[in-house]
Amino acid sequence: MMRRLRDSLVLFATLLLFWVMLMGSLAADTLIVGVMASLVIALLFPDGLSFFTEFRATPRAFLAGFLYYGYFLKELVKSNLTLAAIVVSPSLPIDPGIVKVRTRLKSRMGRLMLANSITLTPGTLTVELEGEWLYVHWVRMESADIDAATARIVAGFEHYLEVMYG
Amino acid sequence: MVDWLIYLAASLAGVAFLLALARFIKGPKATDRVVAFDVLTIISITGIVLVALAEGRAIYLDVALVYALLSFLGVIVIARYLERGF
Amino acid sequence: MGAILDIIGGLLMVAGTAFLLLGGLGLIRMPDVYNRIQAGTKATTLGTLLTLAGVACLRPEWLLKLLLIGFFMLFTNPLSSQVLARAAHRIGEDKAPATRIDRLAEDLGDKS
Repeated sequence: MMRRLRDSLVLFATLLLFWVMLMGSLAADTLIVGVMASLVIALLFPDGLSFFTEFRATPRAFLAGFLYYGYFLKELVKSNLTLAAIVVSPSLPIDPGIVKVRTRLKSRMGRLMLANSITLTPGTLTVELEGEWLYVHWVRMESADIDAATARIVAGFEHYLEVMYG
Repeated sequence: MVDWLIYLAASLAGVAFLLALARFIKGPKATDRVVAFDVLTIISITGIVLVALAEGRAIYLDVALVYALLSFLGVIVIARYLERGF
Repeated sequence: MGAILDIIGGLLMVAGTAFLLLGGLGLIRMPDVYNRIQAGTKATTLGTLLTLAGVACLRPEWLLKLLLIGFFMLFTNPLSSQVLARAAHRIGEDKAPATRIDRLAEDLGDKS
């Protein structure tokens, strides 16, 4: 019960933040409309996931969040340069395969963020999520072994996400 | 100088749009077309933002945001349909 | 000072649209739908983010709204590519002959 109330409050706050960013003003009339709309949505969707759902609001989690985004942007650029090299080389050097990896993350939002991160980083694309198992399409497969693939694909993000969401 | 860079960026985006459009027309399967459609909308959003810059009108950014929202929903709906459609 | 920022913004925009072009090229060249998703959506996501950053350099007063669009793209693009990849796999879309292994198909085979 307490947890659901907290989740709804977090969803409400996130929606309101987006509304204020969208309108770019804190005038009373826009704020009232925003509060009403966010309240209705938060009440209608008690299971709605939002950006900060299940986020552990500790200083360590915020620090991990910042480091996570730095790491993520670095990986995003790296992944694009790798793919660009593959796309422009005349022989198209790909070696694809769908591998299976395992995650230690328990929370819904943590797993969602992990799947998203994997999709945007070096040559990997999440195809199916099933509990703790993820099936990942890999443009240049390096290993079909579960543990080796997990270490290569998942470990980097999991390290930060575990602190942020658990 | 800056104007020139903006024109260069716009023409690069235009060529990218044509390439994605070629995949959209060629197919061969429905999923290929949906992927091409997804890429086309992403390029269009960049295009709308560039138009907003060229015209100097911030209201077009809202158009880009709503367009992003609708195209995302569209792709999800089409993908769900493909899963059970055949 | 403003002039230098303008040039940086312009260059960021050109770099971003160059990535869009690479994404389009990948869409044409890749052999199967999974590789096309990878080449297409990844390059265009970074391309859009770079272009938005470039516009933010030229028009700092639009920063909030550009951030909103950027965040939105960062979250929805991987989601839609995942949903598409899953749909493609569920309806048994052809994989390129070069594909070495498919653990998902193996595991589904075990269950049925």
